[in-house]
Amino acid sequence: MDSVIALFNSFVNDWPNLSLAIGLILLPLLPLIISVAMYVWWERKVIGWMHVRMGPNQVGPLGLAQAFADVFKLLFKEITVPEKASTFLFYLAPLIALVPAMAAWAVVPIGDKMAWSNANAGLLYLLAMTSLGVYGIVLAGWASNSKYAFLGAMRAAAQVVSYEIAMGMAIVSVLILTGSLNLSDVVQAQAGSKGFLEWYWLPLLPMFVIYFISGVAETNRAPFDVTEGESEIVAGFHVEYSGSAFAIFFLAEYANMILVAFLSSVLFLGGWLSPLQGWGLGILSAPGWWWLFAKAFVMAFLFLWFRATFPRYRYDQIMRLGWKVFIPITIAWTFVAGCLAFFGGVTIGPGGTP
Amino acid sequence: MTTQLVIFYFFATVLVASALAVITLKNSVHAALSLVLTFFTAAGIWILAEAEFLGLALIVVYVGAVMVLFLFVVMMLDIKPESMREGFIRFLPVGVIVALVMLVEMLSLIGVKALQAQALPPNPALADGSNTAWLGKALYTQFLLPFEIAALILTVALIAAVTLTLRKRSGVRTQKPSEQVQVQRNERLRVVKMASEGKPGESA
Repeated sequence: MDSVIALFNSFVNDWPNLSLAIGLILLPLLPLIISVAMYVWWERKVIGWMHVRMGPNQVGPLGLAQAFADVFKLLFKEITVPEKASTFLFYLAPLIALVPAMAAWAVVPIGDKMAWSNANAGLLYLLAMTSLGVYGIVLAGWASNSKYAFLGAMRAAAQVVSYEIAMGMAIVSVLILTGSLNLSDVVQAQAGSKGFLEWYWLPLLPMFVIYFISGVAETNRAPFDVTEGESEIVAGFHVEYSGSAFAIFFLAEYANMILVAFLSSVLFLGGWLSPLQGWGLGILSAPGWWWLFAKAFVMAFLFLWFRATFPRYRYDQIMRLGWKVFIPITIAWTFVAGCLAFFGGVTIGPGGTP
Repeated sequence: MTTQLVIFYFFATVLVASALAVITLKNSVHAALSLVLTFFTAAGIWILAEAEFLGLALIVVYVGAVMVLFLFVVMMLDIKPESMREGFIRFLPVGVIVALVMLVEMLSLIGVKALQAQALPPNPALADGSNTAWLGKALYTQFLLPFEIAALILTVALIAAVTLTLRKRSGVRTQKPSEQVQVQRNERLRVVKMASEGKPGESA
């Protein structure tokens, strides 16, 4: 018994350190949530312009406060639980969708020596976290006790598992060229004197394209949004959700989109490195977090552009694209990456200083 | 260190409780979810023991892929809990015998190991700093042949599973997406120039 009390006491004495760590962990969440709100506003604005209409323009200047107005509307709405739904899982599902979307941010490096966790197995951790997100969708579909929600969940499970393979292979090719699972090392390995030609998008161009398309499929966004497919299965897995429970699904989806945008910038577009690195242009050649954010903004914009441009894929065509097109290409290009690494086509490991 | 110990006991409790829930819960979907929790907590314990590669691989492979498909199947089957209980008494002796044999096997294995108890060599992974790098080096140099054989066996098993379930059904009309996506505008659409027609009495 004494040992238990001693254990407890030391745990309490350790509390200041622990609470500091927990505070640091929670630090990125608020900016993330605000950027999700702004991203939703930007999406509606961009799609509005592409459709030759105004988009939100009533609440606040340029309609900027529209996203916050929507959030408060959702928070005040009643959450309805369908009859015969599995209540516990029904409430748990949005949280399970949200937690991996937030947890994955722990290893994303913002700048040189700027990351919440400089984990050695960062890439693997990312794969693990992104693969967990599907549980929220599957559980929501099952717990709702509704056939449309269930159909959406089934589609989501099959789609996410299929595209994860292509995504994983793309990440494998990056780590072959880097020689490390650490995300900071991935960016350092893309440093060099030839500007943006040093980045991995060039030797791994097919992988870059496949990674981003798989990212779109993995986040269930248009043109791969058969999980929601409002013209076929109403709103898919979240048809029974309302109010704040729906808001959490929304938050998780957009946080995942921003994550994919950041990750494709880190893995293939040199992260915080300047596109003009090594050309001696002063501040323009210097690395900095602003480059990462600019790249991520462009990648995030692509999501919106896709949504306004492409019609939805048919389900069997999604499966064909994933299994019969992407996976063979990724396997072949992993071999090419191995050859590049073996015969010295690219520099392996943290290379020259920018 | 003590914080780690507290976290370990927390993880261990959750692990045992969720493992028990897997075999006691009546709803098969709940049981499958408890299995997910079991895998996840086991991965947590492995990471706590500085085997981060194994822990994350467990999450990626089992939690992220295998259990999603498992859950997929369990949800589709719509098993009634009552039908699961049928024949419980009838199959009880078989189950008890299998459980006893497994128990004896495990005990004898642990007993044999305990007889030859020896101090573990220093962890080679710690000397290198990164567990993952050490594992990679060991797998691709020292254990290359067993690794390749395991990969081959898995590939054969995969192909065998696909061929066993693949049935050629004749007379089924299916869409061929690979041909559908190659369709050209000219094959589907023909623009015809013609004079405008009006109803009788109207001027064209």
